[in-house]
Amino acid sequence: MPTLVSHPDEVKVVSRRFGQGAADIDKYVELDGYKAVQEAIAKGPEWIINEMKASGLRGRGGAGFPTGMKWSFVPKQSEKPKYVLVNGDESEPGTCKDHVLFLHDPHSVIEGTMIAGLAIGSKLGFIYLRGEYRYLLKIVEKAVADAYAKGFLGKNIFGTGVDFDVITQTGAGAYEVGEESALMESLEGKRGVPRIKPPFPAVVGLYGGPTVINNAETIANAPHILLMGGEAYAKLGSERNGGTRLFGISGHVERPGVYELPMGYSLRKAIYDVAGGIKDGKKLKAIVPGGSSCPVMLPEEIDVGLDFDQMGKAGTMLGSGGIVVLDETVSIVEFALRTIAFYQHESCGWCIPCREGTDWIKKTLTRVYNGGGNKKDVDNVQYLAENMLGRTFCPLGDAAAMPTIAFVKKFRKEFEDYIAGNKAGTPIITVEQLVGAH
Amino acid sequence: MPDVKFTVDGKQLTAPAGTFLIEACKTNGIEVPAFCYYPGISLKAACRMCVVRIEKMPKLQTACTTPVSEGMVVQTETPEIAQARKATLQLLLGNHPLDCPVCDAGGECELQDMTFKYGAAESFYAEPKHHREEQKWSPVVYYDRPRCILCYRCISMCGEGMDVFALGIQARGSSSVIAPNVPAQMSPDDLAHVDCEQCGMCIDACPVGALTSGTYRYKTRPWEMNHVSTVCTHCGDGCKTTLGVRSTSDGSEIVRGDNRDKSGINNDFLCNKGRYAFDFANNETRITQPLVRQPNGELKPVSWETAFDHVGKKLRELRDTRGGKSIGVIGSNRTTNEEAYLLQKFARTVLGTNNIDHHRTADYVSFAQSLAGNTDRTASLRDTLTASAILLVGGDPTIQAPGTAWNIRTNVRNHRGRLYVANSAEIKLRRQAKSFLHLAPFGYSALASYFAGDAAAGSEAVGDTDALTTFREAIKAEENLLILIGSELRGKDLKKLIDFGLTLPGAKFALISDYANSRGAADMGLLPDLLPGYTPLAGNTTFAEYNTPAAPGLDMIEIFEAAERGDLSALYVVGSNPVSRYGIDPASLKDTFVVVQDMFLTETAVLADVILPAANLYEKSGSVTNSYGDLQLVSKAGDRAGVRTDFEMIVRIADKMGANMRELIPFGKGTRADMGQSRGVHSGEADRHAVWLAANNMEPKLSPFDPFAILDEIQRLVPGYNLLRLQLLSGNDQHLQPAASSNGLVQIGSRRDLVLPANDTLFTSGTLGRYSTMLSDLQHNESLRPPTGLTQIQPAAD
Repeated sequence: MPTLVSHPDEVKVVSRRFGQGAADIDKYVELDGYKAVQEAIAKGPEWIINEMKASGLRGRGGAGFPTGMKWSFVPKQSEKPKYVLVNGDESEPGTCKDHVLFLHDPHSVIEGTMIAGLAIGSKLGFIYLRGEYRYLLKIVEKAVADAYAKGFLGKNIFGTGVDFDVITQTGAGAYEVGEESALMESLEGKRGVPRIKPPFPAVVGLYGGPTVINNAETIANAPHILLMGGEAYAKLGSERNGGTRLFGISGHVERPGVYELPMGYSLRKAIYDVAGGIKDGKKLKAIVPGGSSCPVMLPEEIDVGLDFDQMGKAGTMLGSGGIVVLDETVSIVEFALRTIAFYQHESCGWCIPCREGTDWIKKTLTRVYNGGGNKKDVDNVQYLAENMLGRTFCPLGDAAAMPTIAFVKKFRKEFEDYIAGNKAGTPIITVEQLVGAH
Repeated sequence: MPDVKFTVDGKQLTAPAGTFLIEACKTNGIEVPAFCYYPGISLKAACRMCVVRIEKMPKLQTACTTPVSEGMVVQTETPEIAQARKATLQLLLGNHPLDCPVCDAGGECELQDMTFKYGAAESFYAEPKHHREEQKWSPVVYYDRPRCILCYRCISMCGEGMDVFALGIQARGSSSVIAPNVPAQMSPDDLAHVDCEQCGMCIDACPVGALTSGTYRYKTRPWEMNHVSTVCTHCGDGCKTTLGVRSTSDGSEIVRGDNRDKSGINNDFLCNKGRYAFDFANNETRITQPLVRQPNGELKPVSWETAFDHVGKKLRELRDTRGGKSIGVIGSNRTTNEEAYLLQKFARTVLGTNNIDHHRTADYVSFAQSLAGNTDRTASLRDTLTASAILLVGGDPTIQAPGTAWNIRTNVRNHRGRLYVANSAEIKLRRQAKSFLHLAPFGYSALASYFAGDAAAGSEAVGDTDALTTFREAIKAEENLLILIGSELRGKDLKKLIDFGLTLPGAKFALISDYANSRGAADMGLLPDLLPGYTPLAGNTTFAEYNTPAAPGLDMIEIFEAAERGDLSALYVVGSNPVSRYGIDPASLKDTFVVVQDMFLTETAVLADVILPAANLYEKSGSVTNSYGDLQLVSKAGDRAGVRTDFEMIVRIADKMGANMRELIPFGKGTRADMGQSRGVHSGEADRHAVWLAANNMEPKLSPFDPFAILDEIQRLVPGYNLLRLQLLSGNDQHLQPAASSNGLVQIGSRRDLVLPANDTLFTSGTLGRYSTMLSDLQHNESLRPPTGLTQIQPAAD
């Protein structure tokens, strides 16, 4: 079990029970668990949605869509069953927050799922875990089984006459199924390829039924919001960005880990105070602020608040809250190659620009990295990435293009110097050795 | 859906709300390029070629997935869009082998066309292209993997269109490939194969040369062929097939069949037979010289003149000595209407006999008579695509009439048609059915009786009579029901079913038969008891000019019974193989003078005294009528030196018999034609015609060898064939209805059952099919498949 970190600036809401053994249902109940859902049953869907709207909670998966609004889009009447889907396919490199959540507080996800179900009138929720998180499945499955044993799940929950079931499922190891509609395809037993939108999941989702799909952290926030009140939650964060968020700070910092910080918290403080600054007193070179798909930031760009709007204005994204800090020793050429190698490997292959674009960028950067680059390659990589951006079937293409464009634009000189200097020779290694054979 | 107004490239357009932009543009003459989009199958939005700029949208949008909406303003060709398309093409070409000079699709390739338009000429890449070995999926389907651009049309075509699901995607990302359903590790020869219906629709849908046809690959280039659209000779659907024809030293060889222009009654569809089974025409065992049996029993090649002389003299002599009643005539269900009509007219007016029949694959006589007096009660093949509800009783269109099956599936999938199936077998179309009634073996008669009101018959038709009641009530609730009937229903049963159907408002009927002109053969009167258009012999005024014998002649079975008794002096067989089909004892024909017109030495032909080498349906012009009564034009595509059309042969034999040719074929005024023989047997028809016309001081009209010479008469005399010649010549199908008069009907119940369904599989086609190498290969291929049918995934052995 990874070591939990903490810092005085943290505001613990969703991480409140971390480290207290809340994976045990009795402990969870002792720590106010399953209170919110009972209140939700008593007060009804309209109240839940109003509280969620008031909380200003925005999707923690990375897109930042207001959760209350998403829930309100689900039609009240539906011929087909409605579903709640928890996206625990946390796969964005640099992101490790849901992992800690499932590990320390799986019941909060279950309770959140039930609340979402109550809000939209669904009787069935699915918790979908990343394939590589199979070791967490046991924890989540035990939590679900315990909840059934206590009568918190199943028929007539809490003796209120309400029914709700939860099914757990893992993926098979594809990053792509983190995309909501690809996740539904995967859950239905099909190939993990996204669906054409519209229709959106709120109208036609899993098995054709109206579906709410939320990131695990988003869902886990729901019980806390109902207990503390939407407005109180909203006040914790910044303007139009309610509450707090789990940030996974990794890379070259003194105290890497998952911290819960208020929305809008300074990126500089997050790196230098919360995470203890750059490791071994080295110089900061670059920051990937929200998972590997977010455009890289330079040291001079870090005076910005960590919320969706401020990060957007800064030309990057808040993303999934995985902050990767790179010190001066990092080769951006290598880092760019590692990044594109990931997306090339994970591209589902459905659409041409992403399938072929990621492949050619990877091939070109591999050759550059191995010392065979020429000046034109930098332009070519940029051309490929720019022609991928905004033209792919799903956001994976953008996720590959955006960081690539930023690397090439912000570190162009480093690429050029690398290519020029490499004529002296750099150890040739294959990309498989570099990123590890898959 | 109400119409919405929107603007594309500055043009004000209107389309029903919900129409996808790509279709709305196409309808208005604005072409938006796409690889993965294909009308009628599921949307993919995978190729990103159809991106357009829509005002107020932040990104380029795919026209294939965007429905038009009121006030939408769209640009389809701007520098930004051209750049996006060019970039996509550059990416594709990066891994494409660019073997266009040898690729089958070269010249007919969407990737070539788009590269030509958007000019992705520069290459940025230093790395080698992905290479993968080509795979032979079946004798007719090859997959050249490097050429594939992964548009996934083939997968949808196979799954959604054909309901076969033989193709899928394997691996991920840039390693993705299309994979067939029998992977190498499960295949006896360790190679990947398809276990499927071999329709070749995947090849048709492929925008590039990744999927190629086993019959055509690496044979020629598209621009080296003439493309002739004609009607497929195989089943009764009458699909249009476009034959690619190339000149050879002895004629024109057909090298390819496909659905090139998709302009036919079959729309997008063509099955394996229409696509590949043209090769019988090139079979090396084909007869190309007339053969006459010598006193020593040997068949000797003779000149056409000798052969015609011999046949004409002999038939005349036998008619004059033993009477027309001693002569039998058997026609074909693969010759044209004109030939069939001419044959029965020749039989009745020149030979003086009503002993004429053909291999009946469905009971069109009872069908026409049951519908006598009704109009607008027969359905066209096109109706199967649009009917709101279809009742299919008997038959198995998936195998017997694949075009019909395609239409039904498409109707259910795209137009929400409701399909009701009653069958004694679990036919594949039950998967599309709203309701499937599993009949007892031979339960059709009881079902028809039940529908006709005999409640007691219900339990004989099906075990679960409640299901039967529900089924009938559901049908009765349908308006404008299309009732498709298989050949299992004949005579009284067929009449009962139709009588029931006639009580339903707007119900229409069709009877499914087996070959290109099975319906036409019956319509044209290749029947011993009925004249063309199912006109009774007795009291007939329509065909008064025929001056025919009034008594019905011998039917197919009776003709051979007469031969056995020694009462048949001559038998004239045109394009049929009754000896094999009806299991005739060859010895029964020993005292009969037998003339056979055929392509091959069939079981019937080997017994003949004279064999005349015939052209097939792909080597002649004329018209055919499909199962539904849709009349279509047949165009001459192939040619073979040494063979003649049945039409010409009938004309020449009649001439040699001394018949009044102008009465037989109304080809023009003036004196009797010399049939062009003054110019020698090998002169062209046009020459002969011109010489003859000039000799007779006449305006050019039709040659007596031109089947159109008799179309006038068909149009004038045959009830129901009031066709529009302009429509016919324009290549349009037109629906004709049998117009049997209700006077003088032969009692349906008293006639014996002469229907013999062909029982062809997907890979057989009667006698003709035996001479198709590709069909033989497909049968062999079929015999290799695992006995369990579709391969099951076996767990790994570890």
